[in-house]
Amino acid sequence: MKKKSKLFINCDEAVIICDKSQYNEATWLDKLKLNLHLLLCGMCKKYSSNNTKLTSLCSKAKLNALSNEQKEVMKKVIETESLKKQ
Amino acid sequence: MPKNTLNPSEWVDLYADYLFNYTIGRVNDTEIAQDLVQETFLAALKSADNFRGNASERTWLVSILKRKIIDHYRRSNSAKGQAEVKINFPIGSDESEGDWLEERVADKRRMNIEDSIQNEELGLAIQKCIDKLPKKQADVFTMKTILGMDTEEICNELNITPSNLWVIIHRARTALASCLKSNWF
Repeated sequence: MKKKSKLFINCDEAVIICDKSQYNEATWLDKLKLNLHLLLCGMCKKYSSNNTKLTSLCSKAKLNALSNEQKEVMKKVIETESLKKQ
Repeated sequence: MPKNTLNPSEWVDLYADYLFNYTIGRVNDTEIAQDLVQETFLAALKSADNFRGNASERTWLVSILKRKIIDHYRRSNSAKGQAEVKINFPIGSDESEGDWLEERVADKRRMNIEDSIQNEELGLAIQKCIDKLPKKQADVFTMKTILGMDTEEICNELNITPSNLWVIIHRARTALASCLKSNWF
């Protein structure tokens, strides 16, 4: 049983590894486990292909975001302005 | 129909990134975009009394932002742009290439203008879906995917463990996939 769990993983572990690999943070052992699991599990295979698609959409869209500090500055300005108004 | 109301204190969390992406597609400069978004919020605050509640908050803010972007181009177009008059005198057979340097440079944007329009729509669609997520998921996903921060950095900032982070990311990605499914998958 213990030996088995080293290579065969359950779906919860598989999807997490799948997410990690989208950010290039999965080790080669992780990837091996994931691919083995994908051979056996149709649901995870579907999730994996959707997940890859999501990553490519996100990179294609070239999204930008304000950092948290910039947002904090904005919030403060809004707050002081709305106080002035009252 | 229930009337929409304004909650200025939540504007930044809910709409800042959406408006920011909207602006970037039009002014192509992060700093100017940031200023315009800030100006939009302030203008919205000033005229909050005029909000009739027919449109959603987002629509209303975008309509203000549009005016701000137009104002920005008016301002930048005022002095220098108008002083420069460019007249072409096409000579010879090759009329398509003008004499001015600007016309000789290959315009890469024009080649795939349709792509870039589609990508902008895609970006706004994704951003809308991100804004629908619970705040924590949206934060983590944005930091990780869009700002490209390291796992460790995010964990330190939000005070969570890595395995916690991956579960949050997983939930966010599942929700995003189903949110985008109808139009983009």
